[in-house]
Amino acid sequence: MVLDILSYGFMQKALISGVAVAVICSFMGTFLVLRRYALFGDGIAHVSFGGISVGIFLGVFPLWTAFLVSVLGGVVLQKLRSSTKISGDAAVAVVLVSGLSIGVILISATGGFSIDLFSFLFGSILLISLEDTILILTISGGIIAILLALRMQFLHLSFNEEQAKVAGLNVTLLNYLFVVLAAVTVVTSMRLVGILLISALIVIPNVTAMLYGKGFKKTVGISISISVFSTVMGIFLSYAFSLAPSGTIVMVAVALLLGTLACRSLGLISKVELRVPSKISHTT
Amino acid sequence: MVNNCILQVQNLTVNYNGHVAIDDINFDVYEGDLLGIVGPNGSGKTTLFRAILGLQQYKGRITMFGHDSDKFKSLIPLIGYVPQKTIFEPYFPATVSDIVSMGLVSEKKIVKGVKLIQQCGCCWNRIYKNTKTEDKLDAALETVGLEHLKNRRVGELSGGELQRVFIAQSLIKDPVLMILDEPVSSVDLESQKKFYNIIKKLNKEHGITIVWSSHDLDAIENYASSVACMNRKLFFHGQKEQFFEDEEILKTYTESAVQMHLRDHE
Repeated sequence: MVLDILSYGFMQKALISGVAVAVICSFMGTFLVLRRYALFGDGIAHVSFGGISVGIFLGVFPLWTAFLVSVLGGVVLQKLRSSTKISGDAAVAVVLVSGLSIGVILISATGGFSIDLFSFLFGSILLISLEDTILILTISGGIIAILLALRMQFLHLSFNEEQAKVAGLNVTLLNYLFVVLAAVTVVTSMRLVGILLISALIVIPNVTAMLYGKGFKKTVGISISISVFSTVMGIFLSYAFSLAPSGTIVMVAVALLLGTLACRSLGLISKVELRVPSKISHTT
Repeated sequence: MVNNCILQVQNLTVNYNGHVAIDDINFDVYEGDLLGIVGPNGSGKTTLFRAILGLQQYKGRITMFGHDSDKFKSLIPLIGYVPQKTIFEPYFPATVSDIVSMGLVSEKKIVKGVKLIQQCGCCWNRIYKNTKTEDKLDAALETVGLEHLKNRRVGELSGGELQRVFIAQSLIKDPVLMILDEPVSSVDLESQKKFYNIIKKLNKEHGITIVWSSHDLDAIENYASSVACMNRKLFFHGQKEQFFEDEEILKTYTESAVQMHLRDHE
């Protein structure tokens, strides 16, 4: 049966694109989760909805406007975090609802929801074209290359921003590069699970991987494995049982998280003793 | 032989929303010094370090090897810094090796800084010159006695071990100066002793210049070579013998410490 499925062109494209997206979401997601930007993906995904609406409204290819608006949204979000007294989660909420509102206004102006829009909201990996697959592979390759080259810089930034600054890193530049990469990752991944479920693919594999209590390289490896497994298994299951691929992929990832938690409770994965984090006290 | 002046702080003043945290401080740090900075809570020690490290805006002038402004900024990566405490998630997926390796994250800037210092005719004892990264990592961990914890996750370390990890993170880049901000304020006595012995070894055997703040006058007396005493203003800087033998200075320090303590608990 598996070989039958693999013989279909649309399944080949779906699996290739899905694996690429799974890798970038989990790799980028490691840093997003560590920096407490877990909901950033969700915020940017909602902004991208605004971007897609702009594309549909203007009659331009929606993915391009989604890229543009999402990167802009990421930069605004970073600016709100660094230059104002608005807290991180509040900044995400402000950007998220702004993007969504723009989207709703423009969609209503163009005559309501269309099939095109639904495919962005809930994903449409099985309908992906060859051009889309090439685009996803190209962008994913670029993101992976940048993340590999700057992994220690981003890890240092995630661990302690002030220490990273003292170590000589250009923290401001890296922060903006980080949000741009995250925005591009989110928009590239929309076709797999859709705007509404994208944060699941960013957060769940990483939360699961961190339960294994390993170092950086192994955690990234486990996270990518979980993400790829969930995607491939989700696509197969959705085909076999005629289910929505996006929801099935996310539910496989959730099942792996619950399984890992159960294994920990049963002592099958050693529970690592964690110490309470220290608080920074800026005594003058 | 006259030692080089590594760090020069001139007329340093720091204000927080109209409140003076540091008031017109002047002092020099010479190569090979182990300067202990004492002062009560809220006396401006951490603010002083943050200003030196480029994390705090200030008025006045701070120079390293005579360089200020942009050239000074390019030398900051050569400073090893151990903060009082570091906040991170207990599940943070980084091993001791990962954290120590972060010390080399700006290797190009470190090399640039080294060239700049060498132009000044200064040639400090670079322990790991021309050593491979993996060997540097092992050597730094060995120096702080943590080679057996190389693959341990940082969330599983004790407070004392963690501070030694940060010492190793600084060491791996061959620091020209190390700044330690009350590094053992929250660790047990046994770990404190280990930590102080490492500091002494780094200063005596490796010739690393160290500036270190502490409330522990006994430790300052045992390990420091010179002392600076501050409470927003600097009211003593000199050899430690002079500090501990001068009853007037000690009395002033004790009184200001008590006043700050009372103010904090009002």
